[in-house]
Amino acid sequence: MEEKGAPPNPDELFRGLQRAPHNLIEALRRVQAHYGYLPLEGIKMAADYVGVPLAQAYGVATFYHQYSLEPLGKYRILLCMGTACHLAGNRLNAEFLRSLLGLKPGQKTTSDMLFSVEEARCFGCCGLAPVVMILKPDGTNEIIGRANPRSLRAAVERYRRLERGGSG
Amino acid sequence: MTWTLLDRCCDRCTHSVENPCKDYVECRLNGPLCHEDERCRELRRRRLEELAYGEKGAKIKVPMASCTLAMGSEAVYNAVLEAVEKLGVEATVTISGCYGMDFIDPWVEFSAKGMPTAIYARVRPADVPKLIESYFIKRDVSGAFALKERTGGALGEEKVPLLSELDFWRKQYKWVSRNCGVVNPESLEEYVASGGYRGLSKALKVGPERVIDEIQKSGLRGRGGAGFPTGLKWKLARQQPATPKYVIANADEGDPGAFMNRLLAESDPFRIVEGLTIAGYAVGASQGFIFVRAEKPMMAKRLRRAVEEARKYGLLGRNILGSGFDFDIEVILSAGAFVCGEETAMIAAIEGKRAWPRQRPPYPAEKGLWGKPTIVNNVETLAHAATIMAEGAEKFAAVGTERTKGTKMFCVTGNVKRVGAYEVPIGVSVRYLVEELAGGPPDGSKIKAVQIGGPSGGCIPAALLDLPIDYETLQGAGAIMGSGGIVVMTEDTCMVDAAKFFLTFTSAESCGKCVPCRVGLRTMWNILDKITRGEGTEEDLHTLRQMAETVRSFSLCALGGTAPNPVLSTLRHFVDEYMAHIRDKVCPAMVCRALIAYRIDEERCIACGQCAMNCPVSAISRVESGKYRIDKEKCISCGICFAVCPVKVITKVPRGSLGGGHA
Ligand SMILES: Cc1cc2nc3c(=O)[nH]c(=O)nc-3n(C[C@H](O)[C@H](O)[C@H](O)COP(=O)(O)O)c2cc1C
Ligand code: FES
Repeated sequence: MEEKGAPPNPDELFRGLQRAPHNLIEALRRVQAHYGYLPLEGIKMAADYVGVPLAQAYGVATFYHQYSLEPLGKYRILLCMGTACHLAGNRLNAEFLRSLLGLKPGQKTTSDMLFSVEEARCFGCCGLAPVVMILKPDGTNEIIGRANPRSLRAAVERYRRLERGGSG
Repeated sequence: MTWTLLDRCCDRCTHSVENPCKDYVECRLNGPLCHEDERCRELRRRRLEELAYGEKGAKIKVPMASCTLAMGSEAVYNAVLEAVEKLGVEATVTISGCYGMDFIDPWVEFSAKGMPTAIYARVRPADVPKLIESYFIKRDVSGAFALKERTGGALGEEKVPLLSELDFWRKQYKWVSRNCGVVNPESLEEYVASGGYRGLSKALKVGPERVIDEIQKSGLRGRGGAGFPTGLKWKLARQQPATPKYVIANADEGDPGAFMNRLLAESDPFRIVEGLTIAGYAVGASQGFIFVRAEKPMMAKRLRRAVEEARKYGLLGRNILGSGFDFDIEVILSAGAFVCGEETAMIAAIEGKRAWPRQRPPYPAEKGLWGKPTIVNNVETLAHAATIMAEGAEKFAAVGTERTKGTKMFCVTGNVKRVGAYEVPIGVSVRYLVEELAGGPPDGSKIKAVQIGGPSGGCIPAALLDLPIDYETLQGAGAIMGSGGIVVMTEDTCMVDAAKFFLTFTSAESCGKCVPCRVGLRTMWNILDKITRGEGTEEDLHTLRQMAETVRSFSLCALGGTAPNPVLSTLRHFVDEYMAHIRDKVCPAMVCRALIAYRIDEERCIACGQCAMNCPVSAISRVESGKYRIDKEKCISCGICFAVCPVKVITKVPRGSLGGGHA
């Protein structure tokens, strides 16, 4: 895998994307997948590629929830804040996770950059409420249905172990 | 390579993507049409049988949709592959979408010639070898959840109900969702075998005007919420002189609790692609877009694949089916913003701009994408259009109400036994959906309210459950049918908290362009927050109503225009609950944190220490008896101890009952 953080080659990064403004959203997504967030140089690269002004691309980058202008944790923990999940107690799960990971108010990512805790919109799996989705660095995800403090603690510990024992 | 239905049967067939035959679709099932040969006919018959029972006469289907995957269907799929190998069972293993019955996830379906097709519910990977052995080797179906038919060819058939006898299936009207869970969503061949693309084929033969006539005759109204007549929308766009024109499928399903569009796109994506192609033909467009919500990436994956397949077989691209009609589709996956679901915001998003809605008129049909005539339709609307063109307007219009014909998919979530997506004729009662289909609350608790229509909808009390669901009927009660999301709430839901929840959503999703929505919703949220903290006054209710009216009347788009609905409807039907918070400082549902406290029943405490270990503020400590106790001064009422206690001996009590002495 290519090392994150190194400036990518636009032709490779945007392979298969037509150079047209309707691909701006997708181009920014690929930039974010490459860097882990959206640095200004990456936004510029996407803007140039699809042919819109940088200011417009920046406006778009700040508009959508899934983009982040700051680096995020290696594992992004998304808690659904949809109706079913709210009623089933995901707000409490969020609070539990934040306290477990020692996040201060306003802080999203742990200082070791391993985990981010974010609120998300309904995943459409409301039958499994409350739902938590963990986005993993390889682009796959784990969905935890009927999440509770115990299953969340177990998941966090599992990834911590993986990081300690694994390739890092 | 096996011969598929999509291939030519022999050299006499002249069809190719470059030189397409206009009878291609019809010829797949009932052909050959241009020549007479029993062998070519037989080829088709045999292939159709293979599709039903697999090439080896036995088939195993594992659903691969977001909901079933979240319940572990991928592990089940792998277990199936391993088990057939180990047991030496000759069966074709394929994937399918989802039936919409979340309560049986993950399920699997077995079929074999001479045996009834059997569905197994809540399957764990470890169960798989046993299930396969009993069905395929012992020919015993007794452990199944339901059967699709009876053949008398298996043991234990009488112990298992037929799917078509079970209420939640029998009481549905499967029209647009007929293929969901049935076909392999990645296979164009299966879609065509199930009757797919007959609609487009017919449309291209009768011409755009008659397509529009047919859709108008059916009475189809947009399923995205507003209920605008689809045929009329198409006609208006068709009449515009400007070109090029565009068609957009709205797959930005954003209402929390609504997942019918996701289910449809993941389970039967070709129907949407076909519908959009028909729309493009009817209005005279050559480019279509499908805009998919960020949180539902699997929809985009399936739709992209469907588009590629359709292209490969000439059902998209140049000169589709020899009609001279050129059309192609791009699938765009959003990056997350609720307002993108609003059509003018969606158009801005596709133009590569910030997704800000704009004033209408002009409507997109006149000035839309890049300033050109554009129609935006919900994906369910488009899937209906494809089905109507195939089956005829009369059949569609045979059910529904006077004003609204046909069926709609609804999602019932919250406190019910059978969370799922259900398709029913428009006009059935709310009770029909939440009780007869979804089974009502699980634990014998009572329904308190039903929230319909998501953040733009409202809460109706249990007393109004017999209202029929239609675009207009619910409005009188302060709710809307909207996208069809229905959340069932019981006694443990606080209606003030629920109203605040929806405002948290809409105020965060307000795009910020207009002041009433941006500032007004925030102000309303602040008032609700104050009430849930027990600091509200009766004056606040008055201000809340006034603000709600202002936001409703002066917002630029329907996001702000409808956002006050959850507040207004709860104020109307549940004002007592607001008053309890204000006057008595009590949250009757025991939800609002500032008004409740927790207490450990030391008698029953097993001294496991879970509560203390998980308390974020160290408010729980061990007392002399070895049991645990909460320090009410330190406690922030977060409820984590309540959630983790394995023996459920922590209870909620009204905050006032603790220190104040008036218990
Ligand atoms: C804030 C907001 C969100 C919306 N979200 C959706 C949506 O997720 N899906 C949808 O089809 N329509 C949505 N709409 C309605 C669309 O603007 C539009 O009316 C609809 O796509 C038209 O399609 P139809 O006529 O087939 O229903 C939304 C409207 C607003 C104001
Ligand atoms: S409300 Fe959480 S998945 Fe839908």
